[in-house]
Amino acid sequence: MSGYFKEIYDGGKSLLVGMGITFRYMVQPVVTLQYPHETVPMTPRFRGHIDLACDQAGNHKCIVCGTCQRNCPSGCISLKGEKPEGAKKKLLIAYQLDFTKCSLCGTCVESCPTDALIFSKNYNLAGLSGQEFILDLLKRQEERSK
Amino acid sequence: MSLFPEIIRIMAYVVGVLAFVGLNAAFLVWLERKVAGHIQRRIGPKEVGPFGVLQPVADGIKLISKQLVVPAQADSLLFRLSPVLTMTLAVTVFVVLPFGPSLVARDINIGLLLIFAFLSINVLALFIGGWGSNNKYAVVSAIRAVSQNVAYEVPMLIIVITMVMITSSMNLNVIVSQQGNLLQWHIFPWNGSILSPLAFLIFFVCTLAETNRAPFDLGEAESELVAGFHTEYSGMGFGLFFLGEYASVFVGCALASILFLGGWQCPLGIMPGVHWMLIKTYLLVFVVIWVRWTFPRTTLYGLLNLSWKVLVPFSLVILLVTAAQLKMPWPF
Repeated sequence: MSGYFKEIYDGGKSLLVGMGITFRYMVQPVVTLQYPHETVPMTPRFRGHIDLACDQAGNHKCIVCGTCQRNCPSGCISLKGEKPEGAKKKLLIAYQLDFTKCSLCGTCVESCPTDALIFSKNYNLAGLSGQEFILDLLKRQEERSK
Repeated sequence: MSLFPEIIRIMAYVVGVLAFVGLNAAFLVWLERKVAGHIQRRIGPKEVGPFGVLQPVADGIKLISKQLVVPAQADSLLFRLSPVLTMTLAVTVFVVLPFGPSLVARDINIGLLLIFAFLSINVLALFIGGWGSNNKYAVVSAIRAVSQNVAYEVPMLIIVITMVMITSSMNLNVIVSQQGNLLQWHIFPWNGSILSPLAFLIFFVCTLAETNRAPFDLGEAESELVAGFHTEYSGMGFGLFFLGEYASVFVGCALASILFLGGWQCPLGIMPGVHWMLIKTYLLVFVVIWVRWTFPRTTLYGLLNLSWKVLVPFSLVILLVTAAQLKMPWPF
């Protein structure tokens, strides 16, 4: 018989403790972030798709050596350069990244001899067709340096 | 009493009660989602209207615009009847609820009896809905709802008998008038029965079970029974069940505040009125929501054990003690 009352007492007490916990949670500030209206500051080591880095003057540092293209395990980088009349160095005229195949391994960034590649912080990636993810990095770089 | 003002009076009350039931459901849906959100440290609905207050309106428009599907093998008549019956019973009960000293649709002297008569038919509505759906989940849910409601009506009615013994009236307005200020509320042990706080607790637990609210929502246990008796209902069929459920939650809490917390009376004895009734009732409704988002669902056996082994014996003790106290006031 005493077990019967003890069970009721313990049960009732644990219910009150539970309600106390939820009440405390209710009056504490919310911890969620209202995503489209608010965003968290991006972490420095976030790996988005690659981008061409800008130097101080706003120019890219690519020397069109093709190391990134050769090292890419997915074969998603294609770049083209040409030597203008009388110039010594090759000049980059197209840098295309097929992001649909990219596995974000970062081998291109590591292998670049001039540190011309960086990871972008672009995470808002949504599109209606695969074509939208074949990115022209040279154009993106020019737009950013403006 | 001539006929014409009487018809106007009836129509005014029908419109008023229906509007109140609709607004009450909309407010409670919003309140429930907000409280649930904050208990889980989210903020709940916020996009539609300021603080998301128009979210229930958007939900309502969605429900109204959906097609009512009657399953091919279902009992068409019972299937259609059930949501209407749920809603009708919940609305009818509002007729005798006193919101203020003179704000009551029908001030009849067996108001308490009428409320419990209609609330116990409510379970029949759930049962024919579950049965008429021709769905195994719905039938299991209907069976659970019936056994649960039968089990919890016993202690609830014993408590109500106790309160009727103390107040010696079944007229809700008379019961309220006896509790003029805070110290005269029936929840306190010096008014009537020394066990009245316990009586209030048992009444409140039974209200939770009677309205199929968590942690006693075995009837619509989503993890086991899809959605219980309203599994097959779409659009406004489901919407009416929803309106009915929130109306019964309001009625249960209103009854608790009338019987134990002095209804429309002010705790300090000044400015009694409809606002006190609403404040007290919605505070109790808040506790109902708070309980729902705190406790997990019980098992069916746990639920029946709680009723037959704990609540019924305790309420019988309350009844006997109160009867003894009323007959021989000397030792108390």
